[in-house]
Amino acid sequence: MRTLFEKLWSDHVVVPETPDTPAVLYVDLHIIHEVTTPQAFALLRERNIAVRRPELTLATMDHSTPTTPATTFRDLAVVGDGAARQIRQMERNCRDFGIELYGFGSDHRGIVHVIGPELGATQPGKTIVCGDSHSSTHGAFGALAFGIGTTEVGHVLATQCLLQRRPKTLAIEIDGRIPPGVAAKDIILAVIGEIGVDGGTGHVVEFRGAAIRALDMEQRMTVCNMSIEAGARAGMIAPDDTTFDYLHGRPCAPGGQDWDAAVTRWRKLPTDDGAEFDRTVTLDASRMEPMVTFGTNPGMTIGISEPVPRGDGDPSFRKALDYMQVVAGKPMTENDVDVVFIGSCTNGRLSDLEQAAAVIRGRKVASGVRMLVVPGSEAVKRAAEARGLDRVFIEAGAEWREAGCSMCIGMNGDIALPGQLSVSTSNRNFEGRQGVGARTVLASPATAAASAVRGKVADPRTLDA
Amino acid sequence: MQVLKRIRSRTAVLPTRDIDTDQIIAARFLTTTTREGLGKYLFYDLRFNEDGSKKPDFPLNRDESDGCEILVAGNNLGCGSSREHAPWALLDYGFRAVISTEIADIFRNNALKNGLLTVVVDDETHRWLVQNPGAELDIDVAASTLTLPGGKSVRFPLDGFARHCLIEGVDQLGYLQSHGDAIDRYEENRTWTP
Ligand code: SF4
Repeated sequence: MRTLFEKLWSDHVVVPETPDTPAVLYVDLHIIHEVTTPQAFALLRERNIAVRRPELTLATMDHSTPTTPATTFRDLAVVGDGAARQIRQMERNCRDFGIELYGFGSDHRGIVHVIGPELGATQPGKTIVCGDSHSSTHGAFGALAFGIGTTEVGHVLATQCLLQRRPKTLAIEIDGRIPPGVAAKDIILAVIGEIGVDGGTGHVVEFRGAAIRALDMEQRMTVCNMSIEAGARAGMIAPDDTTFDYLHGRPCAPGGQDWDAAVTRWRKLPTDDGAEFDRTVTLDASRMEPMVTFGTNPGMTIGISEPVPRGDGDPSFRKALDYMQVVAGKPMTENDVDVVFIGSCTNGRLSDLEQAAAVIRGRKVASGVRMLVVPGSEAVKRAAEARGLDRVFIEAGAEWREAGCSMCIGMNGDIALPGQLSVSTSNRNFEGRQGVGARTVLASPATAAASAVRGKVADPRTLDA
Repeated sequence: MQVLKRIRSRTAVLPTRDIDTDQIIAARFLTTTTREGLGKYLFYDLRFNEDGSKKPDFPLNRDESDGCEILVAGNNLGCGSSREHAPWALLDYGFRAVISTEIADIFRNNALKNGLLTVVVDDETHRWLVQNPGAELDIDVAASTLTLPGGKSVRFPLDGFARHCLIEGVDQLGYLQSHGDAIDRYEENRTWTP
């Protein structure tokens, strides 16, 4: 009797671990982008090493790329010299090492964790890594996916393998029915609030339970995406018909007879009845409400109707409230909003944009509020435009941008100004993450859109009340 | 990798918990294509005011922190982004070891692969270290012990392979490549292909 994780782990062990040496683990899909790879390619050049499996490497550019409208799209000067150098270096590295790059001008370009699934390259049973901690997103398909550093990027490019110690397993059971108005983002924020930003350290999480099974693939990705914010190595969800329906017919998914064989193999992956986890945590979805963060890490989370806690006198807690300029004992809905950001690998997919659009349709962004909507990929952008979502946002007074990471990380010039409060659908509310001195409140697309309309942090369920 | 066997140095202390890698090095400094020279950006927004002047009360800006090779930080150091620029910046600044009660997985991995020692200690030792900034410590990597000024010695957990790589200066890529045959065999014998 084995867990999903254990099945994937043992299927990828090239050399087993011993007390003295870690396992050599095979990687099925390596996703690379411009920011965390230049130093790895430099080492390969220095040692005259080729990329072992270029065809298992998926390359794009997302982190430092401009999102300003298409007329200035190729004007690399807008992102600064450093970023321009990185982008050119990425093009050169992919050319020299024989890796196909979904770069500028490609219909497939987008955020690493959006395009993998979209292309069908992300599949159940695969090991997937990327030099980005939100690689856990791909675990939504029943893959073992985790973030690595640049040295390890070099290891995978050269050998298609990584040195890994086997992590522990943590089951997070989410039972009950998800109430209307509560999104996948609210569920994962509630989980991190419950177990803390280090609650998953050393563990691979498997999200289970009726509430998880009820989620569609894009929502499952939102949940797994933020596993790292609880410190977990990876987050996974067992593949099922929802997974297979999503993948069927995608460009990199198996076709014809290969499809049937793949599905037969994938059906064997879910955790066996009676298999044991090192730890289990249970939450009840039916008691959840829209969630927001009030502090400077994703574990400092409350329900939208709850007051900001007073803390236990811990100086780090007080420092966080001071930075955020929020008042203990008062709900977050009393805070004025300056910026709203809809996008990122957490909530930049089509259904996320639809949820935001549903709230904003026929309404206006409050005066003084800047709202940025940044699709997660070129494909998301095209699909959204085909449905007229761009018009909905533009007519409400929001900015409709090109695909990229944008204000999730603020590397490309899309930032909030010092002191500004940003309600953001991204994944990190760390000090300065969205710009020096910027104050970030993490929320679902619906909550962020409602906040844009009201000009204060707002509950999407009671926008008309 | 450079050999790291022993560190004898005073400590600098940042007692804040959950110091994320965005604070260690902010994203706007990641538009680099090399790993050198990142020390000047370490903790930039905590160290400097908007006009570029130093914040006098930030611990690393105090005179007594000059030349410290050991950083003591609050619980859960290095959470968040996987950017290896964080250990690169700490090393370039002059740190060779970080101490906390818990260190985030990816950061620890990245640090050890670059010769930055990660030391996890118990609450009591940590409390003492936080209360005594500038304490002269002696860290023996091979023995995985940390000796306090009074002579009290504490063992810390360190993965055997990581320790071996640190004290022998082993290049992990070279080690992985030495398994080339096993990787070939694995690829040949797979029952399915990605
Ligand atoms: S959207 Fe944000 S979290 Fe996601 S890959 Fe880009 S920078 Fe990383």
